Amino acid sequence: MRVSVEEVYETIRMTLDHHFDIRTVTLGVNLKDCMDRQIGPFAKRVRTRLVEKGTQLNHFADHIEHKYGIPITNRRLSVTPASTLLEPLPHKISSAVRIAQALDRAAIKSKIDFIGGFGALVQKGMTRADEVLMDALPEALSQTQRVCAFLNLASTRAGINMDAVAKFGHILKDLAGRSENGIGCAKIAVFANAPEDNPFMAGAHHGIGEPDYSLNVGISGPGVVRNVVSQHPECDLTQLSEIIKKTVFKITRAGELIGREMAELMGVEFGIVDISLAPTTSAGDSVAEIIEAMGVAQIGLPGSTAALAMLIDAVKKGGAMASGNVGGLSGCFIPVSEDNGMIKAVQDGALNLEKLEALTSVCSVGLDMFAVPGDTPASVLSAIIADELAIGVVNSKTTGVRVIPAPGRKAGDIVHFGGLLGSAPVMKVSQLESPLFVNRGGRIPSPVQSLRN
Amino acid sequence: MAKQDTTQIGIITVIGADRVGIIAALANAMAKNNINILDVNQRIMETFFVMTMAVDLTEATVGMDKIKKQLDRVAQTLSLNITIQNERIFEAIHRV
Repeated sequence: MRVSVEEVYETIRMTLDHHFDIRTVTLGVNLKDCMDRQIGPFAKRVRTRLVEKGTQLNHFADHIEHKYGIPITNRRLSVTPASTLLEPLPHKISSAVRIAQALDRAAIKSKIDFIGGFGALVQKGMTRADEVLMDALPEALSQTQRVCAFLNLASTRAGINMDAVAKFGHILKDLAGRSENGIGCAKIAVFANAPEDNPFMAGAHHGIGEPDYSLNVGISGPGVVRNVVSQHPECDLTQLSEIIKKTVFKITRAGELIGREMAELMGVEFGIVDISLAPTTSAGDSVAEIIEAMGVAQIGLPGSTAALAMLIDAVKKGGAMASGNVGGLSGCFIPVSEDNGMIKAVQDGALNLEKLEALTSVCSVGLDMFAVPGDTPASVLSAIIADELAIGVVNSKTTGVRVIPAPGRKAGDIVHFGGLLGSAPVMKVSQLESPLFVNRGGRIPSPVQSLRN
Repeated sequence: MAKQDTTQIGIITVIGADRVGIIAALANAMAKNNINILDVNQRIMETFFVMTMAVDLTEATVGMDKIKKQLDRVAQTLSLNITIQNERIFEAIHRV
């Protein structure tokens, strides 16, 4: 049976009025076979491969966008974690920076928005190459435009590498000082239990368990979900959960179709559909406004955590029914600077850092895109990160942190980043340090997996 | 490098105020590009006039991007919103 006018109209409204888009198509590319003891030949092989694949990705993304009339907002590449690629090269900061530059040039040449994977998995310990890569982060990220970095600092199996967490606090401060408003810090996320197939930045990388190529899709429809929730002010939460499920089912099916076809056209394996709700600062494209449409007066107030938990659960149920390939982060993004409702809630005093942390205990991605005063000590940044990673480690889920210590700014100021990154109100953080805790270093052991209360 | 995809049915959607000449303008644009019209439906949805037209793109003489540009011109002349999408996107979303 041919689709009805009603069905077509519903679909068109999703894209025209409610900002439904394919947020990203991200091609994961294995670079292990490009490894070399010399940086020159290595960089050349990397560049050739990435430019070829990036150009193809853009070509087919344009084709699919025209064919289905659904915008594909970002086209991205993710690569084998760079610390692995650095292993055979001279263990110098300059080698790591050259890798970042090779990635950046390839992305620019092939008109790819972002390239992820400049990072390391150090949840249990750091190799010499891992340490060099971490030391190179401030220079690498301030000298490149499109490179995104990640670190996996913790996992449920390994615990939390507190040596790496303590080190990262200082790296973050250094990086913030090298860019206007500390924007360089928006290009790095640190994780517990980082997924290997996440298509979203800044955490995307092509994990070592992945095939040569993998096409991953991130869909996004906070506006669509908000609209459907607003249209049902009377129904109870059980019914509302059903309605959200059905809506997410539909947008996931669109993502699945587009991902599969992109993969087929490119002749690569289809990886995953990431069903995360990813807000933007466009009017109405807000996760906070979904929570508010559910009946919580403002995000951050009591009720927010329960509402978010229900929302994400419904999103996962609808998505899992729509595609057998749901993966990546697949939760709900609540980046402060990229969501108008979140920005307003911080400015109105409804949402503070402590409540934001509580929200992330039911939300996959963690503390995202929030600014703190520039004079926040490194040990406090590390302690914030350790707290957030502990939530992920103990609950066997992914959590991450992307924090911007905005130089020269104090709590209450607003920092404008522009574009998709939006504007961040600087959040209040205790200036009282606990360096004794963070600087003990070592590893917080992996948690017991039984006795779960 | 490029494998050709094989689905060929497009759905043109018109949203706006009803007026004389919409179908004529669309039919004209389709005929010019050797595109066969399979089906036309219309409704009033939330005060908007909504029309869908299923078209067969098998023998089309131009690609989707060119068709889109021509439809954009019709949309501008008649002050309407006109889109064209492959039918499979609607089937994926609305058919289990």
